[in-house]
Amino acid sequence: MTFQYAPAPESTAIVNINSSNDLFINGEFTPGHGAPFKTINPATEEVLAEIAQANEEDVNAAVMAARKAYDKSWSKMSGRDRGKYLFRIARLIQERSRELAVLETLDNGKPIRESRDVDVPIAAAHFFYHAGWADKLEFAGYGDNPRPLGVVAQVIPWNFPLLMLAWKIAPALATGNTVVLKPAETTSLTALLFAEICQQADLPPGVVNIITGAGETGRMLVEHPDVNKVAFTGSTAVGQAIQRQIAGTQKRLTLELGGKAANIVFDDAPIDQAVEGIVNGIYFNQGHVCCAGSRLLLQESIAEQTIDSLKRRLQTLRLGDPLDKNTDIGAINSREQLNRIIDLTKSGEEEGAQRWSPDCVIPEKGFWFAPTVFTNVTQAHRIAREEIFGPVLSVLTFRTPDEAIEKANNTPYGLSAGIWTEKGSRILAMANKVRAGVVWANTFNRFDPASPFGGYKESGFGREGGVQGLGAYLTSEESS
Amino acid sequence: MSSLDNQPLANQPPTKQPHKTQSPTSHQGLHAFLAGLSGVDQVGAEARAAALGTRSIKKESKMWAIDTAISMVDLTTLEGADTPGKVSAMCSKALHPDPTDPTTPSVAAVCVYGDLVPAAREVVGDRIHVAAVATAFPSGRASLDVKLLDTKDAVAAGADEIDMVIDRGAFLTGNFGKVFEEIVAIKEACGDAHLKVILETGELKTLDNVRKASWLAMKAGADFIKTSTGKVAPAATLPVTLVMLEAVRDYYAQTNTRIGVKAAGGIKTSKDAIKYLVLVNETVGDAWLTPDLFRFGASTLLNDLLQQRQKMLTGHYSGPDYVTID
Amino acid sequence: MIGNDRVEVRKTHKLFVGGAFPRSESGRTYEATNSQGEFLANVAKASRKDARDAVLAARTGFNSWSKATAYNRGQVLYRIAEVMEGRKDQFISDIQDAEAVSAKKAATQTDQAIDRVLWYAGWADKYAQVFGNTNPVSGPFFNFSIPEPTGVVAAVAPQDSSLLGLISVIAPIITSGNSVIVIASTASPIPAITLSECLATSDVIAGNINILTGDPAEIMPSLASHGDVNALDLTGITDSELQKALQIEAAGTVKRVRSAPVNPDWRATPSLSRLRAFTEVKTVWHPMGM
Repeated sequence: MTFQYAPAPESTAIVNINSSNDLFINGEFTPGHGAPFKTINPATEEVLAEIAQANEEDVNAAVMAARKAYDKSWSKMSGRDRGKYLFRIARLIQERSRELAVLETLDNGKPIRESRDVDVPIAAAHFFYHAGWADKLEFAGYGDNPRPLGVVAQVIPWNFPLLMLAWKIAPALATGNTVVLKPAETTSLTALLFAEICQQADLPPGVVNIITGAGETGRMLVEHPDVNKVAFTGSTAVGQAIQRQIAGTQKRLTLELGGKAANIVFDDAPIDQAVEGIVNGIYFNQGHVCCAGSRLLLQESIAEQTIDSLKRRLQTLRLGDPLDKNTDIGAINSREQLNRIIDLTKSGEEEGAQRWSPDCVIPEKGFWFAPTVFTNVTQAHRIAREEIFGPVLSVLTFRTPDEAIEKANNTPYGLSAGIWTEKGSRILAMANKVRAGVVWANTFNRFDPASPFGGYKESGFGREGGVQGLGAYLTSEESS
Repeated sequence: MSSLDNQPLANQPPTKQPHKTQSPTSHQGLHAFLAGLSGVDQVGAEARAAALGTRSIKKESKMWAIDTAISMVDLTTLEGADTPGKVSAMCSKALHPDPTDPTTPSVAAVCVYGDLVPAAREVVGDRIHVAAVATAFPSGRASLDVKLLDTKDAVAAGADEIDMVIDRGAFLTGNFGKVFEEIVAIKEACGDAHLKVILETGELKTLDNVRKASWLAMKAGADFIKTSTGKVAPAATLPVTLVMLEAVRDYYAQTNTRIGVKAAGGIKTSKDAIKYLVLVNETVGDAWLTPDLFRFGASTLLNDLLQQRQKMLTGHYSGPDYVTID
Repeated sequence: MIGNDRVEVRKTHKLFVGGAFPRSESGRTYEATNSQGEFLANVAKASRKDARDAVLAARTGFNSWSKATAYNRGQVLYRIAEVMEGRKDQFISDIQDAEAVSAKKAATQTDQAIDRVLWYAGWADKYAQVFGNTNPVSGPFFNFSIPEPTGVVAAVAPQDSSLLGLISVIAPIITSGNSVIVIASTASPIPAITLSECLATSDVIAGNINILTGDPAEIMPSLASHGDVNALDLTGITDSELQKALQIEAAGTVKRVRSAPVNPDWRATPSLSRLRAFTEVKTVWHPMGM
């Protein structure tokens, strides 16, 4: 007998999914007026629940509830008390962490190991971090009388549903704004569970409103005239559309968009950790990560051996049931996304790059894509330029640090970058030269509420997390 | 003594020859080789080891893992108070860890001080290995002559495995040549006995040193590289073992020779032991999941493995009174 | 005396691009007048092509200027103030002509403009300390955030404050290491042209500051859609339809846009919002291990 990991599925008994789900407006679950839609488990294609679709009437009601809550309670409440609500929410997320993790994995397809160890704990941490800011904003460097903006419209993606919700809602509430948030169409369930948490926390009605729906709901929300600020995380194309939609208004905007990060490995890198970093960089969350290290830049002198090591390592990755605690690669979130990955990888082959995947059994039902490596990729290939948002790595090589920088920066994006070398001086020089908002040196894909996150260039503007993230939700410095 | 031939150290061509000493042209070559090894990022290595520690094993696999772990134990007593009687009792347990269940595998070896090798050999015969710690264990602070005599004495008394310690003082002052030559000499003194080289990673402190010492020991002829004496804290840890396994994996890729790894000290529970097996499986593959290539140096671990085994078979937890204390 | 009847040598008012003083490639000029509508000078009317040339110059300028040390940037800004001080009389006379204000008011504006440059000169090696910090993340990592310049910024100076407003737009952009293409007040461009002559002699890296004269409505759309422009400062755009159109264009490459302020008071001590608007926060993680 050889060594085998027996399936170790997390029990789903802990979650109780409503067969139909309402909107959360003014502290109450209220039916939507649009045509409801179904959300499925991408690992099985089974319908999990029916979700309400917010139409214009519902968007109006949600914004109105947020406005009323802003005027009547939230903007008048002391920072200390606002903070207490955030602390409560943080604790409630921890208390219901297993439930949230299982629900996230069911709805999103990500491995339970990740929802349990990354998404949910960091979401709770974001509320803890920002709770403490609520009564200290005058010390944050935005003048001595920083003020909230008002009603904030937030639209979030499907790759980290609860975590992105936390990144958006925690700073908005801490700074005294009220929120209308629209989760992604395919991943509404944890946001609705979060709505229950708001009820359990006795958060004043209307401070957080959650409206579910598709792109049209998001558009109506963003365009609503009584919204003071828009915060969006998602694709660059939609981000650009939002930037156009709010042109000519006084709405403030922050965008956290796509990326095509270079993960640069020098010949003096700590190679075993670099290989782990490469794997974590692109195969974490099935590569559904805007800051994924999707372009691997290898110094030519170590390219061959590193690719060999990488392939050997990829053979140990376990693809399958996301609820299995031993699963490394879960399901692709939707058929639509799977098709996009398939299209782009096809173009990679057609353009002459060499494709490789480890042997792995793809389940019959659900949306799956084997971890994939493309070698012999050049900067001109589509797979080196376009965000694939899947478990697909493009490997390029370089000879000198200058060439590495040139290639790393040769993209309209600028969200993140990785640098692997044991030479401290080179790390600092490279970190200085790479045009990206987050630089991971000898590590990758680390997130923390105290650490600002956000991009350069077409990866968006504004930061989330840290003291810099507060600026997106405050008006203070009198402008001239 | 050491045979210094003209083989370059780096980029050894793969060879199917049985494992034998590779010597440097000069200690400069050895220094250059060790300096050229890739560094180890401690945080990354620890994160990787921790991630592997979350793997879940259940049912049949777990039974197999527990039996495999039992069969990998070097059941150890290394106390000043050891007596032939104590060693004999331990040896009986090594042969039949669970007297109530004859399907329980024997452990891999017993590990004792050199003077107690005859007592051990008398009980175990040739059914399991007898390992002796040698070379002025645990500190290694003695002349090479004393260490050689210590080794030869244990082998003559019947030890077929020698657990030597490296000269950490020499290693930490950068005198890699001295460490290397000493291992070469001890290896020669071992004759047919297998040589486990104890790095005492708790004194080497950094994972960079662990990787260097691993390579140094393998190149000098170690059959096994071993984490610790058990007398220095921390003893075996997952990150240290991970780095040693990576060295073994890379050495195999270069030379086609499989070197064993022994994690010794501090591993007390079945849960811990299984984490090590996961580490082995994912780092070097299941070819290493054999007592010939992976060992646990332990004393109390065995009883926890036995209790878990009983639980698996009977469905309920046993207590300490249901496993023997020898 | 003959001296009193001397015919003065008049200046041709040109653009300032890449450290040089070209005419508009279009060959066009427009008449700058005082507030009574009296002719002051023919001023180059920059074209879209001039704007594109300015982007090229600004990118080159950015590549050097952004690498200059903070101390050096502060010194160059200080040098601008020194040279402006020497040209004070000319600025006063320019402002008097352009804005039809008293000599005293023109002098006050000039003083404030020079002092504004000085204020930002001091920020060059300090703003990173205020905008940046280390972040106490929960794990064995050293994590720090630092502000960096955004890149090439296309700006429109305010129409009314021909020198102080202009300086208040340019200075915060370049202090952090950006390059700027600024369109001077269309109605009162002459103080900006005098300023460009100061810049040309004050160690400013070629292309770091580019000053165009002309019509923002004509020039800005091509800058707003230009792929190598990173940010827009719409301070001088008073036409809300034009502002909206430019914001829409800017979305094509996700440019940072600073909208026109409402009733700006250029005399007040600035906030840091202009400095902040054209910087990017970069966060670096590194493990801490032995």
